[in-house]
Amino acid sequence: MQMPVINIAVAEAPKQGGCSAGSCGSKDEQMSHLPEHIRQKVFNHPCYSEEAHHYFARMHVAVAPACNIQCNYCNRKYDCANESRPGVVSELHHPVQAVKKVLAVAATIPQMTVLGIAGPGDPLANPERTFETFRMLSEQAPDIKLCVSTNGLSLPEQVEQLSQYNIDHVTITINCVDPDVGAQIYPWIFWKNKRIKGREAAAILIEQQQKGLEMLVAKGILVKVNSVMIPGVNDKHLEEVSKIVKAKGAFLHNVMPLISEAEHGTYYGLTGQRGPTNEELQALQDACAGDMNMMRHCRQCRADAVGLLGEDRGSEFTMDKIEQMEINYPEAMKMRAQVHAAINEELESKRLAKEAKVQIVNIQGLKKKEATRAVLMAVATKGGGVINEHFGHAGEFLIYEASSEGVRFIGHRKTTPYCEGDISCGDGESVLDKTLKVLAGCEAVLCSKVGYEPWGPLEAAGIQPNGEHAMEPIEDAILKVYEEMRVEGKLDAKLDEQQKVA
Amino acid sequence: MALEIIESCTSCWACEPLCPSKAIYEAKPHFLIDPDKCNECSGDFEDSQCASICPIEGAILNADGEPVNPPGSLTNIPLQKLAA
Repeated sequence: MQMPVINIAVAEAPKQGGCSAGSCGSKDEQMSHLPEHIRQKVFNHPCYSEEAHHYFARMHVAVAPACNIQCNYCNRKYDCANESRPGVVSELHHPVQAVKKVLAVAATIPQMTVLGIAGPGDPLANPERTFETFRMLSEQAPDIKLCVSTNGLSLPEQVEQLSQYNIDHVTITINCVDPDVGAQIYPWIFWKNKRIKGREAAAILIEQQQKGLEMLVAKGILVKVNSVMIPGVNDKHLEEVSKIVKAKGAFLHNVMPLISEAEHGTYYGLTGQRGPTNEELQALQDACAGDMNMMRHCRQCRADAVGLLGEDRGSEFTMDKIEQMEINYPEAMKMRAQVHAAINEELESKRLAKEAKVQIVNIQGLKKKEATRAVLMAVATKGGGVINEHFGHAGEFLIYEASSEGVRFIGHRKTTPYCEGDISCGDGESVLDKTLKVLAGCEAVLCSKVGYEPWGPLEAAGIQPNGEHAMEPIEDAILKVYEEMRVEGKLDAKLDEQQKVA
Repeated sequence: MALEIIESCTSCWACEPLCPSKAIYEAKPHFLIDPDKCNECSGDFEDSQCASICPIEGAILNADGEPVNPPGSLTNIPLQKLAA
């Protein structure tokens, strides 16, 4: 059977999906300040480039089931199709199957530029399966970038092989640099044919992670560091981690919230260890941002995720469906090249337009009014960088900070769509409560429409509903609302005072 | 003298490449140990390799049929929480 998709009109614009922010990140967090050789490597990588994640897709294949350490936030028994925790997969692949799946996805979703191996165990604890997959892919699909995530324990011994397969992106999860902190996160490691527990285990893991990081940087391989923020365990400590990994040459530090529920059956879940609140996470990300570029658009993908960040099309590519597909990859590669060229052209013209805009703002900035306080605003959107989602239909809100410096993307916060409350939650009352909690700290929520019912509770919570900027570009609308607030004198008062009044 | 893998095995492959006797093999619904080949790593390693990397408490039994890694021994999860 010929893949119908190969006949897709090449000129078709890439579908919007996943995160839909017009631009994510402050000017400091954009790619433009990176050295040119790094920018060239990451500009079309959705995980590393905030710009790219609106256009390019990634996928993970689950070829690496074994792990050589235990983390307190992981339960190896758990697997659920509804769960999007990283590390959890539904279908394990042998390398040959994995390659077939990658080729099928790449032919169907030409925006897919990156293939990662992230689990469900540790890819480098499964070196034969991981490297066999990479070897076949670099032969059969040279237009796909390869990357790998690891806990770092066996990283130093694999760096040489990694560099041979031309894998230029590696993610190391580093939750600590202090063995006393590590002992609270890792109950054991498997090391030199023994299971080692406690502080000793953490000390070995930390040493290997740091050594691996240094070796990768020395080889010129890009390194991103992931950290899981665990309140009361490593939350304070991660600022130090951020400084150290930056000093050693990691180019991105991604602080992610702990995902912890009793039903996951993890140590943290069962012992009541909570994850951070949105505010705590943001405060830590802000504290680390001074040290390092962050990636606030991270969606903590599953180890078998397929598609743009924030979406998962994995169910379209189950093994039985893939077996039915005939893929002519050399043909698909031509079509992919055209799609990539069209996207790159669009990205380049956007970048130029933005540069021009920055210059105008700078000129205007000379006769600027006084500095006003920063305000958080939430936006409901389903794509295209404009405000085009009803309040009640939004499954996630994008959070922006407006200040006299401009507008910057802070992150995304998930919720249950208010209008679906009855179906998915059982008690409609708590769905709005959940959304109010998710929007805590925001002073306005911009959407294409807001119903009468949530209006009052939103106002009472100090969050001004605003449906006046439907279909407008997100940043422009936020600036307008911010300007209105300034004119109304709302930017003089402190945030907490304002909320008390409300 | 042989170890045994039981049904709580998640087929994660961690043990299979470590076995010095090549006694572990993939099977459905879970991996198995050939009791004729397994010598619990004696002469090769101080600790049985499969039982030293297995992440699932209770999935590997010793020759007396007792779990090598009893509940709570790997995760530190208190027993009353495991039972709940």
